[in-house]
Amino acid sequence: MASLNEKVQDVFNEPACDKNQAKGEKERKKGCTKQLTPGAAAGGCAFDGAKIALQPITDVAHLVHGPIACEGNGWDNRGSKSSDSKLYRTGFTTDISELDVIYGGEKRLYKSIREIIEKYDPPAVFVYQTCVTALIGDDIEAVCKAATTKFCKPIIPINAPGFVGAKNLGNKLAGEALLEYVIGTQEPEFTTPYDINIIGEYNLAGELWQIKPLLDELGIRILSCISGDAKYKEVAYSHRAKAAMMVCSKAMINVARKMEERYNIPFFEGSFYGITDTSESLRQIAKLLVQQGASEELLSRTEKLIFREETRAWKGINRYRPKLQGKKVLLITGGVKSWSVVSALQEGGMEIVGTSVKKSTDEDKDKIKELMGEDAHMFDDMRPRDMYAMLKECRADIMLSGGRSQFVALKVKMPWLDINQERHHAYAGYVGMVELVKQIEQALYHPVWAQVRKPAPWEAELSDITEAKAA
Amino acid sequence: MAVVNTNHKSCTVNPLKMSQPIGAALAFMGLNNCMPTLHGSQGCTSFGLVLFVRHFREMIPMQTTAMNEVNTILGGMDNIEQAIMNIWERTKPDVIGLASTGLTETKGDDVDAYIKLIRGKHPELAETVIIYASTPDYVGAFQDGWSKAAVRIIEETAVPCQVKQVNRVNVLPGSHLTPADIDEIREIIESFGLFAVFIPDISGSLDGHIPEDFTPTTLGGTTLVELRTMGAARATIAIGEQIHAAAIELEMKTGVPYTIFDRLTGLDANDNFLQFLSNLSGKPVALKYRRQRSQLQDAMLDAHFFTGGKKIAIGAEPDLLWSLGNFLTEMGCELSAVVTTTQSPLLEKIPAQEVLIGDLEDLEMRAKDCDLLITHSHGRQMAERLHLPFLRFGIPNFDRLGAAHKLSVGYRGTKELVFELANTFLAEDHEATPDSWRESFQEIGTELSSEAHSTCASNGSCSSCN
Repeated sequence: MASLNEKVQDVFNEPACDKNQAKGEKERKKGCTKQLTPGAAAGGCAFDGAKIALQPITDVAHLVHGPIACEGNGWDNRGSKSSDSKLYRTGFTTDISELDVIYGGEKRLYKSIREIIEKYDPPAVFVYQTCVTALIGDDIEAVCKAATTKFCKPIIPINAPGFVGAKNLGNKLAGEALLEYVIGTQEPEFTTPYDINIIGEYNLAGELWQIKPLLDELGIRILSCISGDAKYKEVAYSHRAKAAMMVCSKAMINVARKMEERYNIPFFEGSFYGITDTSESLRQIAKLLVQQGASEELLSRTEKLIFREETRAWKGINRYRPKLQGKKVLLITGGVKSWSVVSALQEGGMEIVGTSVKKSTDEDKDKIKELMGEDAHMFDDMRPRDMYAMLKECRADIMLSGGRSQFVALKVKMPWLDINQERHHAYAGYVGMVELVKQIEQALYHPVWAQVRKPAPWEAELSDITEAKAA
Repeated sequence: MAVVNTNHKSCTVNPLKMSQPIGAALAFMGLNNCMPTLHGSQGCTSFGLVLFVRHFREMIPMQTTAMNEVNTILGGMDNIEQAIMNIWERTKPDVIGLASTGLTETKGDDVDAYIKLIRGKHPELAETVIIYASTPDYVGAFQDGWSKAAVRIIEETAVPCQVKQVNRVNVLPGSHLTPADIDEIREIIESFGLFAVFIPDISGSLDGHIPEDFTPTTLGGTTLVELRTMGAARATIAIGEQIHAAAIELEMKTGVPYTIFDRLTGLDANDNFLQFLSNLSGKPVALKYRRQRSQLQDAMLDAHFFTGGKKIAIGAEPDLLWSLGNFLTEMGCELSAVVTTTQSPLLEKIPAQEVLIGDLEDLEMRAKDCDLLITHSHGRQMAERLHLPFLRFGIPNFDRLGAAHKLSVGYRGTKELVFELANTFLAEDHEATPDSWRESFQEIGTELSSEAHSTCASNGSCSSCN
């Protein structure tokens, strides 16, 4: 069994990532994420990343081995939707005490697994390692192995304690765990030439369900989505798919690439954000399936569907276009979303005055340049103070970002829209794009702006007086 | 009088509890121009930050020393130094509030010594107050973290003062009080011609106001000057048992005598509070509050029809539990299922059969026959499963707006709570149907007839047996 350190090195050596391969041996060892600056850092840890990547598997019990902080401070706070089991929303943690820290938490972990199996009988338990239990040397791999034998159920160790790195690394380590313990362990009842995997889609706000009807109509079956609205068995037999689409940029590239190596499942990187991107993704899926032996007529059926959906979507967007033309958008988000949303907004007639590329890979950045031109305003690490200034000086009309920075916009009384994982609206595919544009229009033209920007009567008088004096 | 138990399972399911460091961070958020910083991995801060952002719907200043695997083992001094210097350069705070986490406590970082060394190296930090609280994640809960930070704030900043401010009172609030609660208490105290300084004061920083300019640190709260003049006050009022230790510390350091109020929700509790303030100031209770008292009495009369005999399932931190639990009992409710997060001397005095230190799974198992669920937002899944009406109380409250403005202290706050409680039951009121009483009458009937039979067996001459 590879040590955690070896696994991290392995993840950092990603042949499918051009940028990674262009680096020298030494540079590659340092990994893709920059060293964090104490006192000036933001974002989640590797454990957070692993949990984000795997928690959408709905019928699994996700058990966090660590002190209460890791689960207690943040459970049930993601927008991944389920069409069936709600077990993934139950918070399980060993909540280790001071004594466990001294004597070791392995026994408590083992007993916890037993309690979960007795009470909830899930098809599998995922055990997440955290900093404290890693530091005291709890061997979760060994406990999981023993528990798997004892309870005749897959108990999967997810070894991505927070202090090994940032979220993105956690995503990848979670992927490694799936490759090592889950994928390829079960067989589907039947297969078709139209079976695909979607990798790195988390069904936030139910976005997968904005795409699924299209695939259903084309007769394409999502054999496994890793991991949005997935069941354990679906991930376990995902190796029988004919082709795969990798959605969340580089978050799970290792899963896609290794499945191609091991099981000959070709993949492409695509996005369901934006009309052109959605169409392109559908085309790619069809193309790969045909390449793998599906009937050629799939291509023409796909084109027909794309034509119909695009026409509908354009009609939908055109209604808002006059009001959105030339509006300036500041886009603050991580990795995947930056470039896929950029093209989507341009379709709505809006101008992107800047985008953050903090979590984006260099490949993402190249894509943004391609879309926005060479002089694209990319901010590597935009401080809240700078966002505030940018909005206050009206260099942008609206900010799209994650929940954490929303108040930067709201406090300067500027429109803001949530495009991160806690959002309530689904923005994928053709319908989602129309919804996004509609939401932006609603935000920009909401009646509150005029009201809250108006100074109080007494303050207005005061500023009149000062102005008069100045004159 | 309750029996206090701890659950005996290995796996916590659906946690009620949150960890100490973020409780400490919230206390630091009540200091003006402060940067709360967790000494741990970046995730420790990130989870807390997201939690507070969703609860308060405010920008939350919170930093991390960003410990990784290697520097955890080598010791976190370099990271603390870098964090302090970066924060100092970027935001020029008055106070940096440091709280340790499970990670750095397991390693055993001697943060007090680190800070001394860092101060020696960086004389430019002389004006910056650095307060460190030791708050391992694997001990205690949220309110313990708040409590420890409050003690440390006082240890670091309180000094005896020769010159007294005759009208000043210090108020030490517990973590269960919202910004709205603090504002209400301030108003009550001011009505006696006194002025109150809250330590810490989240009503200044987390009440959701719109500042004139961008502030990377806290937007308000207790100022350094106010902290250093705590010794000038004539009295200290502490609200909640969790703040008891801080009140003692303050009295020991400055000689300002303290009075503790275990709660400010309920008629009786507020009578005591206002009488105390009246005695302290030598002024009568203002008309406004006599009027409010009368309104509260009236509200209680109107509501008692609907609240009497109702069974409540409640999950809350000890001080909030004490406050709400007693109030509910005063409204005629019965505390049927009670779960809390951490030890407190108040627990055994709670008017319930049992108080369990446990999780929401424990509460769910005990709540089946209850009429109402009261806990933080994480109770939503359980409320849905058990079809229970649900009042959200405590942190986090992420699926409803206005958490910071939820008022439950004073006569006015109690009155609002009375209405909220009664309205919840009114909304759940079921219309009678022709069959409503059939079953229940049969049940009583069976009980009666079995009693009758047992009597018959003894004397053998009963008409009902024929």
